[in-house]
Amino acid sequence: MPASPILEARSLSKTFRAGGAVFGKTFHAVKNVSLSISPGETLAIVGESGCGKSTLARMLVGLETPDDGEILFQGAPIRRDRTLRRQVQMVFQDPYLSLNPRRTVLDIIAEPLDVHGLAKGAGRRQRVEELLVAVGLDPASASRFPHEFSGGQRQRIGIARALAAEPSVLVCDEPVSALDVSVQAQVVNLLIDLQQRLGIAIIFIAHDLAVVRAISQRVIVMYLGRAVEAGAADQVLVAPSHPYTVALRGSALEPDPARARLARGTAARGEPPNPVNPPPGCRFNPRCPRATEICRGEEPSLEQRPGTITAAACYHPVVRREMTVA
Amino acid sequence: MNKQAEQRSVLAVSGLNVSFDTLRGEVKAVSDVSFELGRGEVLALVGESGSGKSVSTRAVMGIVRGKANIRADRMELVGHDLLTIDEESKRKLRGRVISLVFQDALSALNPVLSIGDQLGELYRTHLGVSRREARERTIELLRSVHLPSAERRIDDYPHQFSGGMRQRILIASAIALKPEVLIADEPTTALDVTVQAQILDLLDELREQLGMAILLITHDLGVVARMAERVAVMYAGRLVETGTVDDLFRAPAHPYTAALLASAPRLDTVERMEPIKGSPPSLISPPPGCPFHPRCFRRGEVCSKVRPELTPGLPGRAWACHYPLVEIAHAG
Repeated sequence: MPASPILEARSLSKTFRAGGAVFGKTFHAVKNVSLSISPGETLAIVGESGCGKSTLARMLVGLETPDDGEILFQGAPIRRDRTLRRQVQMVFQDPYLSLNPRRTVLDIIAEPLDVHGLAKGAGRRQRVEELLVAVGLDPASASRFPHEFSGGQRQRIGIARALAAEPSVLVCDEPVSALDVSVQAQVVNLLIDLQQRLGIAIIFIAHDLAVVRAISQRVIVMYLGRAVEAGAADQVLVAPSHPYTVALRGSALEPDPARARLARGTAARGEPPNPVNPPPGCRFNPRCPRATEICRGEEPSLEQRPGTITAAACYHPVVRREMTVA
Repeated sequence: MNKQAEQRSVLAVSGLNVSFDTLRGEVKAVSDVSFELGRGEVLALVGESGSGKSVSTRAVMGIVRGKANIRADRMELVGHDLLTIDEESKRKLRGRVISLVFQDALSALNPVLSIGDQLGELYRTHLGVSRREARERTIELLRSVHLPSAERRIDDYPHQFSGGMRQRILIASAIALKPEVLIADEPTTALDVTVQAQILDLLDELREQLGMAILLITHDLGVVARMAERVAVMYAGRLVETGTVDDLFRAPAHPYTAALLASAPRLDTVERMEPIKGSPPSLISPPPGCPFHPRCFRRGEVCSKVRPELTPGLPGRAWACHYPLVEIAHAG
């Protein structure tokens, strides 16, 4: 692992109650997930809906409190403390819901400056204009309202707001999935450029493997609250070990007719089960083509096993020699 | 694919214009759109949000929302002239001859009726069969879309199903009367990746079984590559390029098609994606000349003055561009 981590999460768990306080059942939205990220690095967290990736993101920025585990910033446990919170900022998925429609762009972007007392008066406006330029918007947009902007421009405003407090870590929760294809690339490239310029670490939550490939160096794949595979992006995405990652990879639709037609009829079976009633053992076992008796017993731990190049929580990982050229 | 003599178009539209009167002016959502859908064929209408792809097909179905002005030179659905027939006959065509799968299965299904009741209603009203027969047919139908334990779940309500299962139920309702044309409007956009692939496989399978043609509306080039044979690319309410999927993906002629392909992320490469600069134009006052010229990397003097018409280029292909990329592809 390069450099010392700027942000680290150790065995984070979070449970929620579904179906009311009395008769409801608790379930683990996230269980025992660890990660670390170094300055200037991008770590992607990939998974389908209900896998816990957003809950994990919300814990990292302090919007949810973990039930178990700890979060360390520069090696020290993070507290509910503004000076530390300032260092980890979030970009939200929906650029239509995450900007207050009744406030000007100036006030939206300046909010972190006001909360943390970073700038006032003329300096405040100047800082907002700098941020607008940094995200590729006209500084004159400061006096306009969110509805005057397109989806891509709104997401730029959301990024400018997250950058206002000069964070060292940016947590981006599906920042491009609500955007049109041509605009997605603009926002992804903006994040890459900002990272190179500012040296920030980015935690990029996504479900689209191709977008993840373009931006991240390392990847964690989640399924039903567990981290099921982790490793370098080009290894996890190109030569996955966990059967779930293999299924995700096989389901990804590429804009290449020959390859896409080859993928016909190879979709993974079933759907992610309800997290309230998870299957015993490995949570992927009911959908897994490689599952055996052992998979229905003890849950496998996330580790590198003989023959694999990534860490996978699987008793029967796809080892290197089995791999066929996709 | 195999052009048999009996293969004729099941849906033919030409010169379709749709506009909406708003307080800010007339929004020209669709301008001069023409296409033909062959029997059993999959044609993809591709475009970004606001390109007019959904409005075009809703105009064909006769279900445009709001105050719309719809004009067309021709709109024919398997021998029926949609421009002249009355509303009642049109209503009868929907479901039996042409039907629609929406993106959002939760809001398209009735939450207070069991799925057996709402699907069975189709058989009872359109075919006049008994309650019991409708129920049997519904179970059969649900099996054909691979809904697990259909006979047990037929009395469940939409909220008791997962997103993927709801989409299967919606597809079941669309194919219940074995239509000749299925319009699939972003049928997999709201679904998870692994479920998306399953639904596309299901659509493939049903098309083969029923021999229906599919008009696929999507913004996702991966979905187009997987499902469609021909593709029509829309930009700012107009068709900018049409052709086979293989031709267009290999050698796009219109710079917009090329830019769209270059902006799509790919799993097999870490090359930087090439975004398209700027954003789509206003449909109230579109730029003069080619609507794409302000964002185009090949624009010339003429592009801001004269709007290029969609004209046949190579066999089976057409594009609306003064400076198409095709000559280059051939010379190089």
